[in-house]
Amino acid sequence: MAHIEIDAPGTTQLLLGNEAIARGALEAGIGFATAYPGTPSSEIMGTLAPIARKMGFYAEWSINEMVAFEAASAASLSNIRALSSMKANGVNVITDFLVNLQMTGVGKGLVLVVCDDPGGMTSSNEQDTRPIAKWLNIPLLEPSTAQECKDMTAWAFELSEELGMVSMVRSVTYLSHTRGTVRFGKLPANTKTARFAEFYDIDNPRQSRYTCGMQFHPYKQSEVLLNRFSKAPEYCEGSPFNAYSGPEAPELLIISSGICWTYATEAVSILQVHDRVGILKLGTTWPLPEGLISRHLERSDKVLFIEEIAPFVERSVMELAASLPGDHARPAFYGKRSGHVRAWGEQNLNLVIQSLATVMGTSYRSRQTLSPQYQSTVNEVEKILPTRPLTFCPGCPHRASFWAIKHALQLDGRNGFVTGDIGCTAMGMISPGSFQVRTYYAMGGGVGIANGFGHLERFSFNQPVIAVCGDSTFFHASIPGLINGVWNRSNFTLAILDNSATAMTGFQPHPGTGVTATGDPGKKVSIEALCQSLGVPVAVCDPFDLTGTIATLLRMLRDEEPTKVVILRRECELVRARRDKEKPYKMYVDPARCIGEECGCNRLCTRVFSCPGLVWDKEAGKAMIDEAVCSGCGLCAGVCPQGAIMRDAL
Amino acid sequence: MSQQELSKDPLKVIIAGVGGQGNVLMSFLIGSAMIKLGYSVTVFDNYGASQRLGAVASHIKISRESSDMSPLLHEGDADVIVGIEPIELLRNLTRFGNPEVIAIANLRPVYPIGVISGEAEYPELDTVIETIRRLSAQSWIVNASEEALKLGNPLYTNVILLGVLLGSKALPLDRETIEEVLREELPQAFEMNKAALQKGLDLVKVD
Repeated sequence: MAHIEIDAPGTTQLLLGNEAIARGALEAGIGFATAYPGTPSSEIMGTLAPIARKMGFYAEWSINEMVAFEAASAASLSNIRALSSMKANGVNVITDFLVNLQMTGVGKGLVLVVCDDPGGMTSSNEQDTRPIAKWLNIPLLEPSTAQECKDMTAWAFELSEELGMVSMVRSVTYLSHTRGTVRFGKLPANTKTARFAEFYDIDNPRQSRYTCGMQFHPYKQSEVLLNRFSKAPEYCEGSPFNAYSGPEAPELLIISSGICWTYATEAVSILQVHDRVGILKLGTTWPLPEGLISRHLERSDKVLFIEEIAPFVERSVMELAASLPGDHARPAFYGKRSGHVRAWGEQNLNLVIQSLATVMGTSYRSRQTLSPQYQSTVNEVEKILPTRPLTFCPGCPHRASFWAIKHALQLDGRNGFVTGDIGCTAMGMISPGSFQVRTYYAMGGGVGIANGFGHLERFSFNQPVIAVCGDSTFFHASIPGLINGVWNRSNFTLAILDNSATAMTGFQPHPGTGVTATGDPGKKVSIEALCQSLGVPVAVCDPFDLTGTIATLLRMLRDEEPTKVVILRRECELVRARRDKEKPYKMYVDPARCIGEECGCNRLCTRVFSCPGLVWDKEAGKAMIDEAVCSGCGLCAGVCPQGAIMRDAL
Repeated sequence: MSQQELSKDPLKVIIAGVGGQGNVLMSFLIGSAMIKLGYSVTVFDNYGASQRLGAVASHIKISRESSDMSPLLHEGDADVIVGIEPIELLRNLTRFGNPEVIAIANLRPVYPIGVISGEAEYPELDTVIETIRRLSAQSWIVNASEEALKLGNPLYTNVILLGVLLGSKALPLDRETIEEVLREELPQAFEMNKAALQKGLDLVKVD
C-alpha cells in the first residue's frame, strides 16, 4: 500500500511507523537489511524486501535474530550501511553477539531497530529493551511520530558512523503500527563498494573498525569503547529531536519520550494547563542530553516522567540529578517510583491525563459530558456484548493437530501434556487448541523444557511429554534442543506443526519454504531429512487425517526410543486461500442426520471443536455451516459422530 | 487541495470490525484520501494477535493544525464510528460514543467463538439496532454484506460502507478523491469497487 521507494523529495505519504523506518533506511543509502519476523516489527522487512532488488540492496529474512544481526554486522564491517530489525524478544537472542560487537565497534553505519510491545499485546511479555542500550553504552533513539521514525532512522546511520558503534532505534506497537503523514527526503545516489579491511590499531581506535572481539585483553577494548561513547553526549545534546515547549519556568516539567510524548502533549491541552506545565521531549534517551535536562531541572520544582514499561528515563534523570553540584536545585520527582504513573502495561491518553491531574492537584473525570441516561445505556450494552477471544482461523491445520494430540494423549492414558512454543501454535493453550499446551516461554522453549521433563522418570515421573513448535520456530531455535534431547536420550516427542509459513506474523518465508525474502528461489531445507539424520524415529502426517495422525502420535508416545519427531504438515489455510480462490469442499449439515441435543455428543462440533465456520442454529436445535466464514477445508466432517456434516468436493 | 474547514480539529473516526473483514484497507483508503486533500492523518489499526476473527478497531484522526497526534482516540471522543460488524460497532460506541456521534452499521453478525460454543449469547439484532440509535445522534444501518454478495463477493462490504460514509457527509470527503485512491490502490478491481461505492451512496439515499 505504501510506495516508499519513489524518489520524490517533499511529497507526503501515509506511512506506518515501520514503513517510515524503512524509508529512513533508504534515504540513508542502506545496502544490507536483515530481520526475523516478530510483531510489531515485521513490516520493516516486509516493506524493504520487495523493493530490495530494484533499489540495489540486499534484504533477508534470516533464520533468527542472531544470524540476522551478525550478517548485518558483516556488511557494516565491509563499508556498507546495514539495518537489522526485530521485536524486543529478538534482542535477547542477539545480546551475546551485541556485547562483543561493542568491544570492536563497527564500520559503516549499523542500525539496530527494536520494536517493543508495551502491554504485550502480541508478545509473551512486555520487556523494555532500552536498558540494554544503557548497559552496553549504545546510543538510543526514540521517535515519537511516523515522520520521526523516518528522520531518526536516517540519522541513526550517521550517529553510528560518528561514534564507530551500532546505534539503536526503539519503536513501540502504537508507533510501528500507526500510519502517519510522512514528508519524504532525498534518496542518495547508489554507489557502494564493499571491502573488509583487516587491521586493528588499539592506539588509533577511530581508524580501526575491524577486529576480533576478544583480543585476549577485553579490558583494553572496554576503554576504547568508553572513549568512543564519550563523544555521544555532544551529538545528543545538540539534536533537534530533543525539544522543550512551555513556559520559561513551569510549575511542573513533564519529561517524556517516544509515543508517550504525544499523550503528554494532548493531556496538557485537555486539562488546559499550558501556562503551568512544560514538556521536555527526549528523542535521544541514551546517553541523555545532560546539559539540556540539567537546565530544565533548575527551572521547575516538580518533574513528572511519562514513559512506557520501565522507568528508564526516570531512573537515568534521577541519577543525573544525584550527580549535579550540591547547590543545584533538585525538584520533586513524580513517576513510576512515586506511584503517580502506572508501572506496567502501555500508557494511553486517559492514564496520562489521570497522572497529570493527580500531580497538578486538579480533578478530571473522563466522559464528563455524558448524560446519566446515555451512561446507563452504555452500562446496559456492555453487559450483553460477547467478547472475541483468540481462536484458530477456519480451516487452520493447528485445530486438527491439537485435536489429534488431545485424543492421542487421552488414549495413551498417562496424563501426558504439551510443552508449547511461540507463534500460532501457542493458541494450543486456550479452547481452540483443546487446552493442551501447559508451558509457554520463548522461541525454542517448548523442546528445551521438554528435555528436562524427559529426564524425570527416576523420580517416578511417567507422564509423556509432547513438545510442540511451528516450522519457523523449529528453524529459529528448536534444533539445538532436539539434538540435545537425542544426545542425552531425553524422553519426549517433538511435534512440529508445519504449516509452511511464519503464519502469525504475516506468512514470511523460512528455510522450509525454499523461497527467500525477495521472492527468489532459495535452497529448501527438509525438516524430515534433518531430523532423520539424527537417527531417531521420524513420522510425517497430514493432521487432517485425524485417525491416522492420532494413531501415529500414539505409536510414537509408546516407542522405546526416547526422543521422537512427528511432523504434522498442512499448509496454513490463509496461505492456501490467497493462492487458490476456490474452496476445496462445499460443506453442509444434513438435517436428517444431525439429531441435535438428542445425540448425546453434547454439541461436540460447535462446543468442543469450535471452528468459527460451524454454528449452532438455536431455533432448529442443530448445527449449521456459516458459509461466509467456512473455509471449506472439510475437516469437521470427520468430527461428527453421526456423520451429519457433509462435504462435497468442488 | 480542499480548503474545507473541519467541524472539529482533529476529527476522530473509528472503523470497527472483525479480523478478515477489511478494516485495515478501509482505514488506509480513508487516510490516503484525507492526505490527498491536504490534511494530516494518523491511523492506528488495533488488531491484537489474531490473523482472523478477532475484534479490530481502526482509530483515525484528521487534522488541519497538528501533525503530531497520538494514535488512539480518547474515551467518549469519536465523531464518527463505522461498524463492519454490528456488535463491534456497539463495543466501540460504549467506549468512544457520545450524544453527537454519527454511527454507520453493517448488520451482518460474525459470531464470536464463545457464541458458537454456546458459552455466550449474541444480542438480538433488534436490540442492537435500537441501542445504536440511542447511542448516536445520527445513524445509517444497512446490510452492506448482503449488497456485496449481490455484487458477487462479500469483500465489497467495506467499499459499500465507504460509500455510505461518503454519502453521510460525516467527513470532508469527496467522491473523486475516494475513486482516485481506489484506482491507485486497487487498480485491478477498480470498476467493481466503483460500483460498490455507488451502492453505498444509493443506500444513504434510500435511508
